[in-house]
Amino acid sequence: MIAIIDYGVGNLFSIAGGLKAIGAEAEITRDPARIAAAERVVLPGVGAFGDAMDKLRATGLVPVLKREAESKPFLGICLGMQLLFDKSEEYGEHDGLGLIPGRVCDLRRDLSDKTLKVPHMGWNALEIRRDDPFFRYVRNGEYVYYVHSFYAKECAENTLAVSRYGDVDVTGVVRRGRVYGTQFHPEKSGDTGLRLLKAFAEL
Amino acid sequence: MLAKRIIPCLDVKDGRVVKGTNFTGLRDISDPVELARYYNDSGADELVFYDITASAEGRKLFTDILKRTAAEVFIPLTVGGGIRTVDDFDRVLKCGADKVSVNSGAIANPSLIGEAAKKYGDQCVVLSMDVKRVGGRFRVFAKGGREDTGLDALDWAERGVGDGAGEIVLNSIDTDGVKRGFDLEMLDALAARVSVPIIASGGAGNMEHFAELFAHPGMDAGLAASIFHSRQVDIHELKRFLRARGVEMRI
Repeated sequence: MIAIIDYGVGNLFSIAGGLKAIGAEAEITRDPARIAAAERVVLPGVGAFGDAMDKLRATGLVPVLKREAESKPFLGICLGMQLLFDKSEEYGEHDGLGLIPGRVCDLRRDLSDKTLKVPHMGWNALEIRRDDPFFRYVRNGEYVYYVHSFYAKECAENTLAVSRYGDVDVTGVVRRGRVYGTQFHPEKSGDTGLRLLKAFAEL
Repeated sequence: MLAKRIIPCLDVKDGRVVKGTNFTGLRDISDPVELARYYNDSGADELVFYDITASAEGRKLFTDILKRTAAEVFIPLTVGGGIRTVDDFDRVLKCGADKVSVNSGAIANPSLIGEAAKKYGDQCVVLSMDVKRVGGRFRVFAKGGREDTGLDALDWAERGVGDGAGEIVLNSIDTDGVKRGFDLEMLDALAARVSVPIIASGGAGNMEHFAELFAHPGMDAGLAASIFHSRQVDIHELKRFLRARGVEMRI
């Protein structure tokens, strides 16, 4: 069973549907016992970093997630991926879960071409930098769906794939140990996204 | 870089997809869930569902269709039609929509865009406008293009983006249903005023029209209904055609 963490942030409907579509058993939960019993954990999220961390803390799940991330495949999606890092600079400085070294920074500030639109919203090609079982069913250059204004940096040693936007390599997939994160939405990335979820479900 | 998007639009009334020409003479085409699945398989980058139902029963049918679609189609879904309050946003987001498009609802209540953007983020709020030339100006029309609001379209767009609209669908009433190409003059005028993604709507009749559209800077997506529904233009074929013309496409 894959536990989808419910902490009042984001639309869990599509993630649950995507996992169901690949034949995985998924459960939307905030119960520590169910999360401990799960074989895998998915941490979703949309919205602002500080607000999401506050909500996650309010559920009391922060220590639970840190513990579970040591022992089973764990996938953060979009803001859920950003929460894996040490810090974010979105509306002030906020601490994340600290599962992967790196910082979450303003994409607009780092783009030289100021006419590029932010949020980085739409389909971008995934450049695989490091082979991994997560990419078992996808090829280099397949398109995935992004919607975000902040991105993770200073995390090159844990970066598996990026997408190019202007002159910035947007961190697309990260991994440290069994903790994975995707900045894009696999549950909205069509067949490519479902194949990534399938690989995650088989890790 | 980001690929340009091809977006089929499904107007849904009483649980069925319909598409009119110049907004009149609706004709029934197909089952929305089946059509959504077909478009997903043929490479559509996103789907737009417009609820053109007025009745409560129709609205219930619509949310059921949305749920069924979101359970099996894993590309972004934008939902519009009858969105008047933040509660309406909530209703469709809970059924699996990713973005919500506001049109007449924002005209009647201009604070709607700001309230929704604050609650769900700019990326969730799409400002959809039906625009027609009146005395040499671009004017916003409400109620499915029937009522002249007197609002200047470019001012309205700028205000909407300032309030938090993360994307604009510009539907030209002047070119809608005519199939002689998108309203590039109107679209260029909009691109010069706002910096959010622009989805062009109204007038696509063949593949060449999409190539013309994407040759203009600032155009992010092309939306159409009847040419896709009638299979006059196949999305796979369109995307290969555009890629061969140097347009970045997800294939």
